Amino acid sequence: MTARVVVAGASLGGLRAAERLRAAGWTGAITVVGDEPHMPYNRPPLSKEVLAGSAPFESLAFTPRASAADVRWRLGTRITAARLNERVLTLDGGEELAFDGLVVATGLRARRLRCAGPSGPGSGRHTLRTLADARALRSRLTRPGTRLVVVGAGFIGCEVAATAVGLGVARVTVVDTEPLPMLRPLGELLARALLHRHERRGVRFALGAGVAGFRGDTRITGVALSDGRVLDADVVVEAVGARPNTEWLEGNGLDLTDGVLTDGHLRAGGLAHVVAVGDVARFPNARYDSVPRRVEHWSIPGDAAKCAASTLLAGLAGHPPPPAPFTPLPTFWSDQHDFRLQSFGTPELGTGDIRVLHGDPAGDVVVGHHSGGHLVGVVSLGNPAASAAAARHRARLLSQPSLLPQGAAP
Amino acid sequence: MKVVVDMDKCQNHGQCVFAAPDVFRLDDGAQLVHVSHPDDALRDDVEEAADVCPMQAILIEGSEP
Ligand SMILES: Cc1cc2nc3c(=O)[nH]c(=O)nc-3n(C[C@H](O)[C@H](O)[C@H](O)COP(=O)(O)OP(=O)(O)OC[C@H]3O[C@@H](n4cnc5c(N)ncnc54)[C@H](O)[C@@H]3O)c2cc1C
Repeated sequence: MTARVVVAGASLGGLRAAERLRAAGWTGAITVVGDEPHMPYNRPPLSKEVLAGSAPFESLAFTPRASAADVRWRLGTRITAARLNERVLTLDGGEELAFDGLVVATGLRARRLRCAGPSGPGSGRHTLRTLADARALRSRLTRPGTRLVVVGAGFIGCEVAATAVGLGVARVTVVDTEPLPMLRPLGELLARALLHRHERRGVRFALGAGVAGFRGDTRITGVALSDGRVLDADVVVEAVGARPNTEWLEGNGLDLTDGVLTDGHLRAGGLAHVVAVGDVARFPNARYDSVPRRVEHWSIPGDAAKCAASTLLAGLAGHPPPPAPFTPLPTFWSDQHDFRLQSFGTPELGTGDIRVLHGDPAGDVVVGHHSGGHLVGVVSLGNPAASAAAARHRARLLSQPSLLPQGAAP
Repeated sequence: MKVVVDMDKCQNHGQCVFAAPDVFRLDDGAQLVHVSHPDDALRDDVEEAADVCPMQAILIEGSEP
C-alpha cells in the first residue's frame, strides 16, 4: 500500500493542505475527511452576501487546484477518535482509517449560551458557522415584522446585525457584556466609531449587560438581560465565539486547552507526523512573541497549509522541518453595512498606544496600534480607499522587530 | 495564461496585489485592475493571488505547464 496522508476537516484549511502537499511534492495518497456534506466552501459570505440573498449558496464552493484532482474526499464522515502513535483514525461508522501523516484542520463550531428557555430546532435560536446555519437563519429573517436580538458584538454579531438591517428586519438589537462592539480587537477609538456607524443605520445596542435567560415556551419571545431589561425577540443569533473541534484527538497526550497546541513549525505534541492548520491551531508567531495563539482569520489556513505541508513531508522523510518557522502577518476584514473594517498585523497586542495614521474617526480612518513603540497592527474603517491606505503600511508591519525581549530565544 | 476577474464578485480587497503585484494593482480610486495575459513565468504568483482572494473572483484559464 502506498503511503497516505489523511487531512481531518474539509474546509478552507483542509483543501489548502491537500493542495500544498501536492505542491510540496507528496505523491502518495491524500484523503480528506469532513463531516459536512459539502465540498469545501467559503464561510465569510455566510454572514454577508448569503444572508442578504445576493449570493446563491452554489457560488460558495472553492475551485480546487488541478494538482488536487486525485485527492479522495470522504464527506459526510465524522472522525470520532484518533490513536496517533498507531497512526489510526476511527470514523463515525466504526471503520478505521490508517495514515502515515495527519493534518488536523477541524476548525471550530459555534459556542452556545447555556441559559434557561426554549432551545433546539424551531425555537428561534440560531448560530452561524455553516451553510446549513445560514440557510436556516435567512429563512427566518425574511419574515416581515421580525425582531432580532444578536447576542455578541464581535465581528460575526456585528455583520449579522448589519445584514439584517439591510434586509429590513423590523428591529435589530445587539447585546454584549462589553461597553463597545469589537472592543478587544479594535481598541476604544475605533470601537466607538463603529458603534456610532451602526446606530446611525438603525442597529440598537444593549451594552454592558449579559443574557440572564430566554423567554418563551417552545419559541423565543424575548431575551432577559442581567440588568433586568427584557428585549422582545422572535429570532436570536448567538454570536458568542466558537470552540475548537478537538474532542476526537483526546487521549493522545496533546495540549488541547484551546485548540491544538503546535510548535513554531505547526507540529502537534512534538510528533513528526502530525501538523495542524487554520482556526483549530494554536501556534506561536515569532513575528510577535512566543505566546501560542489561535487566529480566527480567513488568511491563516492558506498561509499555514504552506508551512505545514513542508513540515509534514520533512517529518515523514525523517528530516527536521525547514528552518524558517511559521510567522504569518495576520490579515482580517469585516464588511458591515456600506463600510469595511480592514486589519493587518495583530492590533490587539497594541491597544494601549493607538495613533491615527490617516483620516479621522468620524470619516474614513486608518489607525496604528503600537507596543513598545513598534507598530504591531494597522486597522482601517471606511471605504475601499481607507483599506487601500491601511495596506500601504503592510511593508512596515512586515519589517518590525519581534516583541520578544532582546536576546530571548524565539 | 489568461486571467479573468469576475467583477461582479470582486470587492477590491487587494489581497491579489500582495501575491502578484506584476499582474494586479489597485488604481487611484482603489478599484482593481489587472493584466489579462500575463507571462507564464508568473503562474505561481497568479495561482497564489487566486487562492487568497476572499471572494474567489479570480479565474485562470489556459492549460497548466
Ligand atoms: C459566518 C462567518 C463569517 C466569517 N467572516 C470572515 C471575514 O469576514 N473575514 C475573515 O478574515 N474571516 C472570516 N471568517 C473566518 C473564516 O471563515 C475562518 O477563519 C475559516 O473558515 C477557517 O477555516 P478552517 O478550515 O481552519 O476551519 P473551518 O472552516 O471551521 O472548517 C473545519 C471543518 O472541519 C469539519 N470537522 C470538524 N470536526 C470534524 C470531525 N471530527 N470529523 C470530520 N470533520 C470535522 C467541520 O465541520 C468543518 O467543515 C468567518 C467565519 C464565519 C463562520
